[in-house]
Amino acid sequence: MANEGAPAHLINSSTGDWEMVIGMEVHAQVTSKAKLFSGASTEFGAEPNAQVSLVDAAMPGMLPVINQECVAQAVRTGLGLNAKINLVSVFDRKNYFYPDLPQGYQISQFTQPIVGEGEVALDMDDGKEIRVGIERLHLEQDAGKSLHDQDPKSSYVDLNRSGVALMEIVSKPDIRSSAQAQAYVSKLRSILRYLGTCDGNMEEGSLRADVNVSVRRPGEDLGTRCEIKNVNSIRFIGQAIEYEARRQIEIIEDGGEIEQETRLFDPKTGETRSMRTKEEAHDYRYFPDPDLLPLEFTQAYVDDLAAHLPELPDQKKARFMKDWNLQHYDAEVLVAEKERADYFEQMVGLGAEPAAAVNWVLNQHLGRINKEGIAFEDAPVSAKANTAILKMTAEGTISGKIAKDLYDLVWETGGNPEKLVEERGLKQVTDTGEIEKVVDEVVAANPKQVEQVKAKPQTLGWFVGQVMQKTGGKANPQMVNQLLREKLDVAES
Amino acid sequence: MKIDDATVRHIARLARIKVSDAEAKTLENELTGILGWVEQLSEVDTDGVEPMTCVTDMQIHMRKDEVTDGGYPEEIVKNAPESTDNFFVVPKVVE
Repeated sequence: MANEGAPAHLINSSTGDWEMVIGMEVHAQVTSKAKLFSGASTEFGAEPNAQVSLVDAAMPGMLPVINQECVAQAVRTGLGLNAKINLVSVFDRKNYFYPDLPQGYQISQFTQPIVGEGEVALDMDDGKEIRVGIERLHLEQDAGKSLHDQDPKSSYVDLNRSGVALMEIVSKPDIRSSAQAQAYVSKLRSILRYLGTCDGNMEEGSLRADVNVSVRRPGEDLGTRCEIKNVNSIRFIGQAIEYEARRQIEIIEDGGEIEQETRLFDPKTGETRSMRTKEEAHDYRYFPDPDLLPLEFTQAYVDDLAAHLPELPDQKKARFMKDWNLQHYDAEVLVAEKERADYFEQMVGLGAEPAAAVNWVLNQHLGRINKEGIAFEDAPVSAKANTAILKMTAEGTISGKIAKDLYDLVWETGGNPEKLVEERGLKQVTDTGEIEKVVDEVVAANPKQVEQVKAKPQTLGWFVGQVMQKTGGKANPQMVNQLLREKLDVAES
Repeated sequence: MKIDDATVRHIARLARIKVSDAEAKTLENELTGILGWVEQLSEVDTDGVEPMTCVTDMQIHMRKDEVTDGGYPEEIVKNAPESTDNFFVVPKVVE
């Protein structure tokens, strides 16, 4: 109900308004060295079946023994989602047949999950805050991987992922638009990455989302939902929801009924299509796994984990705004990625002025990174180098224009900014005589513009540009401005 | 609880077991008998009684997060009817 009362993002149609109701199940791979119930490695990208123990291959007589770190990671995540931690939870067997599931069942948690209800706050672009309820979080095993494109008649099965710990995080159906769904997954990913409980890598499948979509007339009862499986990027989540909602509306408006089913999103076409035959859907015959005792721990254990929890994005955002007077939007963009926030903090720690640093990181630094299409942490300009550039700008050693050139120079050469300024003679010219010489030259060479500026004082900027160009951007712009006003007799505007 | 023919076939399908008509009839009776026998347990009043998961007072045993196993793909696929490059090879399954 957390999102109830918020203005719905309605879909207008010729027959009236429709409202989307969305709930999400996110599967997050737990960050751990070994698997949930075996000692095999979880590392990504190994040779086929090289990280499989006899437990993961479900050899007869093998018994699961739970990895304590996976338990701790689930509790940390629960705490990060402001959720109820259940001191007793139970593992169940979810039974189904598939070639990449050697046990014939997945060990999961059904009636008694490790984490109960919680909540995530989302900042939307329109400045509104939305709260999405968390229904539960439970621990379960991942399945193996089937490859269908290696051979025309066969599928190849690799069990390296079999038995890796997953957290399934189930939201309440509080989400009302594709933008909210995207914001929810982004926020969840950010929280998990801050906590260090999941690396959030969607390309490698560490974070996968199943999206439940239904539509209804505003205020009416919930419609029949369809589940879209394994949507593996935030962009695709948006596309899948938009397509699916419109598909459902079309069916209902044509007098049809929505069939509850599992659907698959095809990134190539941007469409969803039916995936499983209905007759055998969802008959998992859950029962408690007799190989595992209930998972029990004490409140003291939970309190200890809570005491050592890292600062989370919302807390960091609040602190940035309070300590350094950052704008809400800037703080939000900074903390969205942990690396970004850490980088900014490092700069401030090295003596960069916070307002200048946030502006520089979000525009200059992030601008270049996005242009190059690389990961934030792979950018070759260090926080220390950027701090040096900002300090030299603040002290007037270099101009703002040169600062940007210098930044590119550091990016390309990997050099030390102070040294580069010395070596390449980038220091700002503050010698009045030197600037005056150039100003006189420009004024003498452009009599037409000199006439014009008397009538139109705003064309003074053109002269400033000429002088800056002639000095290679090194002249102090305030001094250039001042001198030009004197020479051309243009009053301060 | 009476298990009918449709339920027998549904369970057989879920378990991927091929069941002939004659076998289905036998299973119908057997399963009904087994469930009827187990159903006697519901005569016991268990309100407010915690489920007993273990006869001794034992806590779940936990393992440290250390890689102690794996690294023998040949062993893993050794019993497979068919394998290639240490993959299990199965009849094509595409949704």
